[in-house]
Amino acid sequence: MKSIAVIGGGVAGMEAAAKLSKMGFSVTLIEKTNQLGGKLNKWHALFPSRRPADEVLNGLKTRVQLGINILLNTEVEHIENDDDGFAIALNQNRMITAHAILLATGFDIFDAGKKEEYGHGIYDNVITSVELEKAFRSGAVKTLQGKTPKKIAFIHCVGSRDEKAGNPHCSKVCCVTGVKQAIELKEMIPDSEIYMFYLDLRMFGRHFEELYKEAQVKHHIQFIRGRLSEAFENQDHTVMIKIEDTLIARPLKMNVDLLVLLVGMQPSGSINKIIHDLELEKEKDGFLKQADKHLAPHKTNIPGVFVIGAASGPKTIEETVNEAGAVTFEIADYLQNKIATKILKNENSFI
Amino acid sequence: MIEFGYSIQSNRQIDFDRNTRQVYKYIRRKEPSIDWCMSCGTCASGCTAGYASDFSLRRMILLARRGEEKEIRDGIFRCRLCGKCLNACPRGVNTRNIIYWMQQAVKNTQTL
Ligand SMILES: Cc1cc2nc3c(=O)[nH]c(=O)nc-3n(C[C@H](O)[C@H](O)[C@H](O)COP(=O)(O)OP(=O)(O)OC[C@H]3O[C@@H](n4cnc5c(N)ncnc54)[C@H](O)[C@@H]3O)c2cc1C
Ligand code: SF4
Ligand code: SF4
Ligand code: SF4
Repeated sequence: MKSIAVIGGGVAGMEAAAKLSKMGFSVTLIEKTNQLGGKLNKWHALFPSRRPADEVLNGLKTRVQLGINILLNTEVEHIENDDDGFAIALNQNRMITAHAILLATGFDIFDAGKKEEYGHGIYDNVITSVELEKAFRSGAVKTLQGKTPKKIAFIHCVGSRDEKAGNPHCSKVCCVTGVKQAIELKEMIPDSEIYMFYLDLRMFGRHFEELYKEAQVKHHIQFIRGRLSEAFENQDHTVMIKIEDTLIARPLKMNVDLLVLLVGMQPSGSINKIIHDLELEKEKDGFLKQADKHLAPHKTNIPGVFVIGAASGPKTIEETVNEAGAVTFEIADYLQNKIATKILKNENSFI
Repeated sequence: MIEFGYSIQSNRQIDFDRNTRQVYKYIRRKEPSIDWCMSCGTCASGCTAGYASDFSLRRMILLARRGEEKEIRDGIFRCRLCGKCLNACPRGVNTRNIIYWMQQAVKNTQTL
C-alpha cells in the first residue's frame, strides 16, 4: 500500500488526509500541537455567513476518524529523500516512511507587537482581531477596565502590505474578517460607534461585497480610507488615533475605547527545517512556491512533495478545502506514474 | 511693537470627538440612500458643477459623514441640480434628494 505523510493538521491537512485515506492510501497525519483544527480552533464565526467555526471543525473531525494514523504533539526533525520515497524522523525517536509528502503547515499570525507604534502589548485597550475572536467566543467584549466599549476603531493591513514589517503581500482575509467582526460588535453593543480605517477594501469573495454594504447601511459602520501612523494612550486608557482621511485629504483625530488591529497572515516559521531538508523553494513573500501557479498549483519544485492551504499563500477555508480535494488526484496520479516508470525500468533491465 | 507676521492658522484637522454629524443624521432620516454611498466618485466625474469648480458630491457626502459642516455650507449650493449624478451612481444613491436635503439642512440649521 502506498503511504502518504500529511504534515500539519489544520483545515488543509484534515480534509486532505480524510480524502486520501478514503481513496485507499495509508495516511499519517502529523500535527505539532495537541489538537487538530489549526487556526479554526481560534475563530468564533466564519465570514461571510457567520456560521459557527466549531460546526465546520466538527464536520472535519468526523471525516478524519477512520483509518488515519494521527500523530499529535509531533514534529518533524529530519527528512531524507531518496529514489523510493521519504524517510521522516520525528521527535521522541520515531521514524516513518512515505511515498509522498503533503505540506499543509498553514500560516503564522503576524505578531502585532512588532508594530510597536500601535501600542499592542503596551496600551491597555489595543487588541488584535485574533483576540477579538477569543472575546466573542467568551461571549463578552470589554475594555481592560471592564467597561463596555462604545467607540471602536479597526485598523486594516496590520503586518500586511508593509515591507518594513517584512510582509509585502495582502493577507486577503482580514478585510472581510474586519467587516464581519464590526457587524458582530455592533449587534453586541447596539449603541456603539464603529470605524474602519482601510487602504483598499478587498471584498473578493462571493457575498463579501454584500456584507460590506450591510455594514454600511444596516449597521452605520463608517469606512475611512487612511493608514494609522501611531496610536497614543490617554490617561483614562482610551486610545487616541491620528490618521489622514485620504479621500478628503485632511488629517483626522479621534479617541476610541478600543482599537482592534486586523493582523495578517505570514509564512509559517516552523517549517524552515523541512524546507531545508527537502530543498524546497519559497517565493519572495516567504510562502512556499507552487510548481506552476495555473497548471500545477499543488506541486512544489520537488517531485513527490505537495502543498495546499495557507502554506502556499493566504487562503480562505473554502479555498483550502477545494485544494485538499484537488491534491488527492495529483498525489494519486504521481504515485501511479511512479509505479509505471519503475515497472518500465525493471522490464528494460531484463531485456 | 515689531510685527513678526505670526498668526493662528485655523486647524485643518477633523476632530471626530467634537463633530456631531447632525447634518448627516438629518439627511439619513430624509433620504436613507445616503448610506449606500461608497465614495467611488462616479457622480463627480461627470458633474456639471464640478467641471468649472472644485465641487464634488462624493466629497460633500464624505464631509457630512465626518461632520465637517462648514465646508458643506460653503459648497453645496454650487450644484446645478441637473441630475446627471443620479444616472451615474452605481449604487443607486438618490443623489438629487441628498443634495436637496443637504441644502435644506444648511438653510435650517443656525448652529452651522
Ligand atoms: C483573524 C482571521 C480570521 C479568519 N477567519 C476566517 C473565516 O471566517 N473564514 C475563512 O474561510 N477563513 C478565515 N481565515 C483564514 C483561515 O484561518 C485559513 O484559511 C485556514 O486556517 C487555513 O488552513 P490551513 O490548514 O492551511 O492552516 P492552519 O489553520 O494554519 O493550520 C496549519 C496546521 O499545521 C500545523 N503545523 C504547522 N507547522 C507544522 C509542522 N512543522 N509540523 C507539524 N504541524 C505543523 C499547525 O499547528 C496547524 O495545526 C481567517 C484568518 C485570520 C487570520
Ligand atoms: S485583506 Fe484587506 S486588511 Fe488584509 S492585507 Fe489585504 S487589504 Fe489589508
Ligand atoms: S445634480 Fe449637482 S451634483 Fe449632480 S451632476 Fe448635476 S451639478 Fe453635479
Ligand atoms: S456615484 Fe454614488 S456611490 Fe459613488 S460617490 Fe457618488 S453618490 Fe457615492
